[in-house]
Amino acid sequence: MSLLPFMIFLPFIFAILTPFIYKMVTPRIHTGWFVVIVPLTVFLYLLQYIPVISNGNTISQSLPWVPSLNINLTTYLDGLALIFGLLISGVGALVVLYSIYYMSREREALHNFYVYMLLFMGAMLGLVFSDNILVLYVFWELTSISSFLLIAYWYQRKNSRYGALKSMLITIFGGLAMLSGLIMLSMMTDTYSIREILSKVHAVTEHSLFPPAMILLLLGAFTKSAQFPFSIWLPDAMEAPTPISAYLHSATMVKAGIYLVARFTPVFGGSSEWFWIVSGVGIITLIYGSINAVNQKDLKALLAYSTISQLGLIMSLLGLGSASMYFGHGDESTVYAFAVLAALFHLINHSTFKGSLFMVIGIIDHETGTRDIRKLGGLMSLMPISFTLTIIGSFSMAGLPPFNGYLSKEMFFTSVLTAAENPVFGMKTFGMIIPWVAWIASVFTFIYCMILVFKTFTGKHRPEKIDKVAHEAPIGMLIPPIILAVLVIVIFFFPNVVSKNILQPALMAVLPGLSLSEMDVTIKPWHGWNMELYMTIGVIIVGSIMYKFIKRWMFLYDVLPKSLSLNHLYNRLLEGSERASLKVTNRYMTGSIRDYLVYIFGFFILVLGSSLLFSKGFTMQYANNAEVSIYEGVLIIAMVISAFAVLLSKSRLTAIIALGSLGYLVSLFFIIFRAPDLALTQIVVETVTAALFLLCFYHLPELRKEVSRISFKMTNFIISLGVGVIVTLLAMSANNHRLFASISGFFEDSYTLAGAKNIVNAILVDFRGLDTMLEILVLSIAGLGVYTLIKLQLAGRGPKE
Amino acid sequence: METLISILVGLFFSIGTYLVLSKSLIRIILGTSIISHGVNLLILTMGGLKTGGPPLLGGINTTFTDSLPQALILTAIVINFAVTALFLVLSYRTYKTVGTDDMDQLRGNKDE
Repeated sequence: MSLLPFMIFLPFIFAILTPFIYKMVTPRIHTGWFVVIVPLTVFLYLLQYIPVISNGNTISQSLPWVPSLNINLTTYLDGLALIFGLLISGVGALVVLYSIYYMSREREALHNFYVYMLLFMGAMLGLVFSDNILVLYVFWELTSISSFLLIAYWYQRKNSRYGALKSMLITIFGGLAMLSGLIMLSMMTDTYSIREILSKVHAVTEHSLFPPAMILLLLGAFTKSAQFPFSIWLPDAMEAPTPISAYLHSATMVKAGIYLVARFTPVFGGSSEWFWIVSGVGIITLIYGSINAVNQKDLKALLAYSTISQLGLIMSLLGLGSASMYFGHGDESTVYAFAVLAALFHLINHSTFKGSLFMVIGIIDHETGTRDIRKLGGLMSLMPISFTLTIIGSFSMAGLPPFNGYLSKEMFFTSVLTAAENPVFGMKTFGMIIPWVAWIASVFTFIYCMILVFKTFTGKHRPEKIDKVAHEAPIGMLIPPIILAVLVIVIFFFPNVVSKNILQPALMAVLPGLSLSEMDVTIKPWHGWNMELYMTIGVIIVGSIMYKFIKRWMFLYDVLPKSLSLNHLYNRLLEGSERASLKVTNRYMTGSIRDYLVYIFGFFILVLGSSLLFSKGFTMQYANNAEVSIYEGVLIIAMVISAFAVLLSKSRLTAIIALGSLGYLVSLFFIIFRAPDLALTQIVVETVTAALFLLCFYHLPELRKEVSRISFKMTNFIISLGVGVIVTLLAMSANNHRLFASISGFFEDSYTLAGAKNIVNAILVDFRGLDTMLEILVLSIAGLGVYTLIKLQLAGRGPKE
Repeated sequence: METLISILVGLFFSIGTYLVLSKSLIRIILGTSIISHGVNLLILTMGGLKTGGPPLLGGINTTFTDSLPQALILTAIVINFAVTALFLVLSYRTYKTVGTDDMDQLRGNKDE
């Protein structure tokens, strides 16, 4: 019995308790002190599994949720899930600790903050531990929702609401696409369990739904992980409080897409489509993010673009690594598997240095009151610890020794170089481009890292431009980034501890066909004078030169017009779709009942007419017809005349009388066709109706005095003619297609069955009495309605009711 | 006979539809009345015409016209009467309150 499911529920349970704690302790104790217990517990709990997992074991447990549909809360812990679980709980604990000092306990609505955050934490843990794809989707959307709530935490600000809406629209679009991809997967393999899907890979790869399922799944991953062109939500999500940006938008949520790609690599990897889409999009995102980051004036926006860029790097490594599946075993396989190892390694490294950088930026914001690069400068002597932390984080991000970013960047270069040397999937022509693109992106990464350090901390201090007197942050705020920065350095010196215990089991999860002995996975900071080292030296030299002359080439950013930017396109799309839908709606929703009736009748004609036409149901036969006698002929002529009289009459009175005569003629018809009860009823009803018409409109003025005739309208004429023709054709066809004899022979036994000689009356009150009862109800409701209308009218003459 | 009635019913429908599509509220009610006459005739015709005597036992007839359509029509007539009565009073009330029976002017709110 493992407590793993409980670890997912722990944050949710605590989220329920948090508001009560907040009510009890505010403002004496910061609520965060209680919340920090949750991620700490999860982290310590997960630590004990490191030896178990690194021995190649996995832990699984199932709780029934909807057993009849095979949807169960199955948790599954392997190397990949463990990495993410440790990141989520570890960074989570540090971020909560940091937020205790960052968020004021007097001014902020802390109960909201921590409830959303715990919701997010639980959702994220559920996402990485769940084995059932539908449960995975549930948690996936829960992360979207809690992220939406957290971005709009300061909901009074317009930018927060804009950013929250944008991130929700984009990530939920991707989430829905992913859901359909997952459903396709379950259709192909006939299971919801990821492990079972992995064991039925052949059913997927040979299926015709393979490409759509893959693309839909990737849409989900790309939108969540802010890959090009869905990356636009991430910079706007920076309106969230900084602890949230550090947690969600650098270390955890944006890596959910990475997790998804890594998790499904055993299913889709090895195909050229997966290889090209994942690594291609990753490479484009890498260079797009790094180039844009250089142009940012806001430190958080700079970090947002750098996150986009680093996520692109990890994604491209996962894409390159998927080629290992294609080779199966052997040297080429391990060469590509190395890329996956690099991706996982950089995943951890990025979480450490990016988390600490966000926290430091938060400190600067907190202590100076601004995040604008143009206003900051010369903070080195004022904030020495923050300066040191920024150097560690930035240099690690730039890929310089002795920080962990250097190792993963070297591994990245190794991967792209070996990928270029061992071309697969027709990479011969494009293969050489990838190392170049990677190198250029690294140069830009170097430049923005330098901007981050030197524009903020060196130069002249300008106290007049900032709102607060700058000074070092309280020690509690500094502890979490210090812990992360220490990790950055420790991982550099002892990378193989991480590799052996955490990375290799995860690698086994991503590439299950691989055996560990085939790979030499020792990560070394120094591996001789080789191409990767030359590339790094080149990055440093070119980056330094470009940084030095940055003012000379910054104008290049203004060359591309704003109207071509992705944000502009997004805004245009949103506005355009709103305008278009309004236009369309206003076009057909006119408010005039005639137009709606035209639609209804039009569809009536169209649907029935075309079905008559295409089913060839119409036949003309006269054999079944009864003969026409002189009486009926005269009656029909009279009816036609009175119907036209209703239509063409000038005055209301004529129309009413013509309608009355039509009704009496119909009752005559009923007599001819042997329906005495009908004739009786018809005469009475027609009399009352005519009287009602006359009574009701006695008070009305002669309405159509000025209009002599009903005005002729061509569309009305065509439509009414169409309706008449369709009804006639349908009636004739139905008359000629009598498939079964009538059941009325049964009712003709009414005397023995019901003791009635009038068959119609027996049907009405005996055989089908329920109809009659409800018909009486209709009549009484109508009577009540008439009475109410008239009563209310009398009241309405006074003050408005 | 059935063919002829079918054409007559079609004509009723045409005239009724044309009236329903017109602007005046009263004409719309007149139109629905004509359509309902058409429907009643249609039901009766589809049951077959002139297949026997009236559906009353104990008389001289041994064959009867179909009794079920007649029961259905009887129900339809009453319901139609109820609806027409309500509709009439409603339109009368509309005219009293709004001061017009022109459907072009009866459009509801702009923001609807």
